[in-house]
Amino acid sequence: MFSVADHLLHVEGEALPRDVNAAAVHALLATCAACRAPVSGAVYGTLLNDRHALEALGEAVNAPPYKAPPRAPILYLKPRNTLAGHRARVIVPGNEGVQVGASLGIVIGRTAARVAAHEAFDYVAGYTLVADLSVPHASVYRPSVRFRARDNFCVIGPAVVARSHVANPDQLALAVNVEGRPAFHATTATSVRSVAQLLADVTDFMTLAPGDVITLGVPHGAPVVQAGERATLAIGDWAPLEIEFVAAHAAQGAQA
Amino acid sequence: MMRGRVAYAGAIHEATPEGGRVRLADGRVREEHEVVWLAPLEPGTIFALGLNYAEHAKELQFSKQEEPLVFLKGPGTVIGHRGTTRRPADVTFMHYECELAVVIGRTAQNVKREDAMQYVAGYTIANDYAIRDYLENYYRPNLRVKNRDGGTVLGPWFVDAADIGDVNALGLRTYVNGELKQDGNTRDFVTGIAELIEYLSSFMTLAPGDVILTGTPEGVVNVNAGDEVVCEIDGLGRLVNTIASDADYAR
Repeated sequence: MFSVADHLLHVEGEALPRDVNAAAVHALLATCAACRAPVSGAVYGTLLNDRHALEALGEAVNAPPYKAPPRAPILYLKPRNTLAGHRARVIVPGNEGVQVGASLGIVIGRTAARVAAHEAFDYVAGYTLVADLSVPHASVYRPSVRFRARDNFCVIGPAVVARSHVANPDQLALAVNVEGRPAFHATTATSVRSVAQLLADVTDFMTLAPGDVITLGVPHGAPVVQAGERATLAIGDWAPLEIEFVAAHAAQGAQA
Repeated sequence: MMRGRVAYAGAIHEATPEGGRVRLADGRVREEHEVVWLAPLEPGTIFALGLNYAEHAKELQFSKQEEPLVFLKGPGTVIGHRGTTRRPADVTFMHYECELAVVIGRTAQNVKREDAMQYVAGYTIANDYAIRDYLENYYRPNLRVKNRDGGTVLGPWFVDAADIGDVNALGLRTYVNGELKQDGNTRDFVTGIAELIEYLSSFMTLAPGDVILTGTPEGVVNVNAGDEVVCEIDGLGRLVNTIASDADYAR
């Protein structure tokens, strides 16, 4: 069972998550609390669900290796080693940096199998922010899992916001700041599949379980950060999600 | 030791083989068909290998790879021994894939291949179905092909690594309605188990319960509703599955 009455967040060091109002979330985070991911189910990412991302591929979708535009939703797993929460420290593995994909995360509240679009919201417990991190890679044909499955490469939270607080998930503004400067902004309104349509198309062939998260997808043009930088992700007026990017040797030093 | 997980009389039990029957942890012995078989473990992250047998790669017309072709699967696709897997009515080519499944037993980070086998808890059989009609060239093979409900059959037993002599010399066979269709051996791995653990743990942390499906040998054919598919691996047992039609699922 997974349910959220107001805002669900799991402060690092506490045994269980708290379910509190927005003011309490802001007060808790103002104390510099780090958080765990507020969910522990399976996390599925959605690719190329942004019209601008498809437009950027242009005619390439008809050429090898793709040969045709996508038909079904394109999904991938963010495995359990990738899950992290607010104020996570993420290792930047090489010189090419890390792409910070901000996405709306749809948090499932009830077992969702063969859900019709018009009833899809009945299966949603709430929404959250997902920082879907990846090593930049140009080809989406058969990319290596090492680009998306590194430890801490899926930062979620700080909180799950109850569905009742979100009037229209298909009209939300997303923003990423890097080192305090605006680096990216987008909206969920440019999605190829809306929240309800995505749930309908996905649950036609795979059941989503309570507590699972599926992203609506990272909009085109996600910024790339380097070690030493901090990113802050936001959706509307929700509590923002902060991530610190560090070099591999810095992380080892901190552990020792 | 071989251990299974079965549902019987309102509870989930650990089970062990008892002749042709199963012994529940509480002492009851039942026929194999009297219990409902679950996957022998609740998997953590599930990795699957594409094209990890040279002849199968040739069968699908793939050339040499730079790194192992790994994709990930979610928990919802897993079912147990004697379960059913749906074949959509509109497809032309749905095939089984008999695979050795490697279960990780210890947290593994930056493990060298010489040490890698110490991180293996044991093995089970996987039948990793694919529907080729749904292949598209984006993050291939995508979840509609490889992560369908009921599309990953695991079991019947989890077998301790210590009970398997040479894991790189195990015969794998698949029978469709009793007829041998797939006949391979783990000695033909393109990337072996130790190398796979070295590769995966070089960029991510593996945890107990993670499962690596090591790919399938050549010999995949289309299966139809009503077919019985049996995957067999030396020392691990026989994993039975039946193909069901859309009608069974009120589609």
